[in-house]
Parts: sequence; structure tokens; C-alpha cells
Amino acid sequence: MRHLMNPLDFSVEELDKLFDLAADIEKNQSKYAHACDGKILATCFYEPSTRTRLSFESAMTRLGGRVIGFADANSSSAAKGESVSDTIRVISCYADICAMRHPKEGAPMVASEKSRIPVINAGDGGHYHPTQTLTDLLTIRNLKGHLDGFTIGLCGDLKFGRTVHSLINALVRYPGTKFVFISPEELRVPDYIIEMLKDKNIPYEEVIRLENVMPKLDLLYMTRVQKERFFNEEDYVRLKDFYVLDAAKMELADKDMLVLHPLPRVNEISVEVDDDPRAAYFRQAQYGVYVRMALILTLLGLAS
Amino acid sequence: MLNVGKIEEGFVLDHIKAGKSLAIYEHLQLDKLDCTVAIIKNARSNKLGKKDILKVECDIDMLDLDVLAFIDHNITVNVIKAGEIVEKKELVLPKQIKNVIKCHNPRCITSIEQELPHIFVLADPEKEVYRCKYCEEKYRENAKF
Repeated sequence: MRHLMNPLDFSVEELDKLFDLAADIEKNQSKYAHACDGKILATCFYEPSTRTRLSFESAMTRLGGRVIGFADANSSSAAKGESVSDTIRVISCYADICAMRHPKEGAPMVASEKSRIPVINAGDGGHYHPTQTLTDLLTIRNLKGHLDGFTIGLCGDLKFGRTVHSLINALVRYPGTKFVFISPEELRVPDYIIEMLKDKNIPYEEVIRLENVMPKLDLLYMTRVQKERFFNEEDYVRLKDFYVLDAAKMELADKDMLVLHPLPRVNEISVEVDDDPRAAYFRQAQYGVYVRMALILTLLGLAS
Repeated sequence: MLNVGKIEEGFVLDHIKAGKSLAIYEHLQLDKLDCTVAIIKNARSNKLGKKDILKVECDIDMLDLDVLAFIDHNITVNVIKAGEIVEKKELVLPKQIKNVIKCHNPRCITSIEQELPHIFVLADPEKEVYRCKYCEEKYRENAKF
């Protein structure tokens, strides 16, 4: 039985298959409308995340399956003190596959060790959010046609932003990738990532001003400064509006550059950018459903 | 010159980094064994300048070599039988250690679920980096003892 804890759990070849399946789902949705008839997805969300939960629910519903679950810890047995291990043992009796989000890092892995059904990590604190990474990769692959040889700018909270860390780890597996890290000093990408890039001889640069690097980017991945990752309110307030991508900055970018964002955005992308054909973040949300559909089919052994 | 008597049956841990012998004594839980233990601190060493030595008179099987290797894999383990060294054991960094050290990441699931084991996995053998199996937080030396 296979789980998905970390975006690197799948090899590049396995990801290719998954993305091919997602592309086929996009083109032939009716073919998959009953692929999961009789199957149940449990969405165990110990912290609220409407977007990710609804994306999973939409994916399973579009496959003809059903969904059960809870949307926050207060409405689950966790409020009574039940451990994650016990919860998943019970959920294994009710469902065929589980998507789990938990504020504590490693909680889905604990669940996977005791589970009788595939567990998908739907986000564990600041650690991993593998289905977001799969979404990001599918978006790039579908809109650009390939995943290698890009200069990608990552902008905003590069310290706590788990989607950024996961995406970097995923993209280093594709040849010719160059990274441009754009962040204030306080939110720089962690040292262990820099060490990893140095070890692998992958080119990178760290800058503070977004404007200076816009012309050289093939992809720009914007992130939100997340309040919940800060222990200190003052730091959050000081840094939350450090970057705003607007039409003037987009003028500096290549005509084929794509702007991605894991969403939700707050102020970091001005709404005037939404109509720019290079803004890919809402299409990204659509790809998120297709990639989750492909993932559910794959983990349930129904991909073929 | 300080003389500590030979042991008949047991083991001698040599080339312990000076000052670390007491921590090893605690980690190996030697206080719980009813046997003779000699702790020699700051002995002269050609290799290290100064070193600690532990002499323990009990069966080698009582010793958790994985724990010892994690603490310092440069320690020499001499197995003694009938008063003679019969074997020198080489310590290899364990791939995984369980309930030897704790994860101190407040965001880790082990911080709220008390019954979970604290498991660390050898992530980088060259740099001797261990990471929590669950949250992947790097284990830091200053939290070791």
C-alpha cells in the first residue's frame, strides 16, 4: 500500500505517469466520472483549510466517489484527546483512502504507520504540502510543456513557506533549473536548502528587490506571508506587505513568464494582474483538482 | 600514574572525548547495573591529547552499541574475557535511533502525542546529521546531553 507524505515519494518517472493521467482526466472528464464508484474518501482536517479540503472533495466527487470527514479538530474525536494513531485505525474501517491535514509536523506519517488505507498528507504544519507541489508541477508542465530548464523566481516568505521548500526540492530533480530567491532578510530561504543546492551545484541567487530580477524569470512563484507561522505579531505586521506584484512590475517581465501562487493571496498580487494572460494562479487551482483526481486513482490502484 | 585494576570479564570504552564519560555512563544506564564501573577522566592520550575511559565489568550484550555509536563512533570498544582483550568492536553510526534523544521541535507531532517514540534517522552519514523521523528537524549537538 502506498501513501503520499512528501512530494519526493514519487520518482520523476512516476510523476510523469501521474501528470499524464491528470492531463487525460482534463481532456476526458466523462471517462472518469464513475472511476471511484463505491469508494469513500475521508478528509480528516485537524485545522481549517477550505481550499485544500474542497479540492479533495471535488476530486473524489468528480470520480464518482463519496466523501466523509471533519473540517477542524474541534469537531473530531481529537477534541476528546484521541491520538492520530487511534483515529486513523477507526477511519480505516470507514473509508478507502484518507486525506489528512494537521497543524503538527509528521502527524500524517504517524497515521500512515497505523493505517490500513492509503493516507495523503494534505499539509502538516510548516513541513510538507505534497499535493500543492504536484499542483504546481502539473501547472508548469501543462502551460509550458515541460519541467526542465527554467529560471524560477520564488518571492515572499521563503523561510516558513512550505510550498516553496517542497517546490524547490521537486524542481532540483529536473535538469537546467535555476533559482532566484526574492525575500526580505528575515524570511530568507533556510540554510539547509542553500546547502543542498550547493551540494548539487545548482545555480541560485538571493535578492531583496523583485524589480531587478523580473526580466530574467521564466516563472514567478509568489507566496503569502502567513500569520499562523509567526509567534510574534509585530514581525508579521512588519513583513506582510513587503512585496506587491502589480501591473508595473509585470511590464518588466518576459511575455511568456508565468505567475503562480498557491492561494489564497492577500495583498501580494494586485487584482490588476488577474487579467494578465501570464497570471496562472486560478488555472493552478483547477489543475489542483485534476492532479488530486489522478493521485486518488493511483493510490487506490485504479489508475489503469 | 593512576592505576585502575584489570577487569576479568567486561568491556573497556577507550578514546572517549575528554569530559564525556559521565554522559555516556548515563546514556548507557550503567547506574542501573549492579557491576563494577571505573570512570577515568582526562587520561593522557597520544591520539586525542586527553581522553576519558570507562571500564565496566559486565557482559558486552548489556551494552547498546547503537547508542554508543550515536554518541561518538570514534570510541574504541575493547571486549575483555579472562582478563584479556578478545575483540575490538568497530562502531558504526546507526541508521536509526529510538528513544535515545528527544525531538525539541514544538511543531512536531511528538510534542503533543506522548506515547509516540522519538525516532531519529541518519539523514547524512558524512556530516553525521540525524533528523526526526516525523518532522525532519535536525538534531542539534547542544541538546544532546
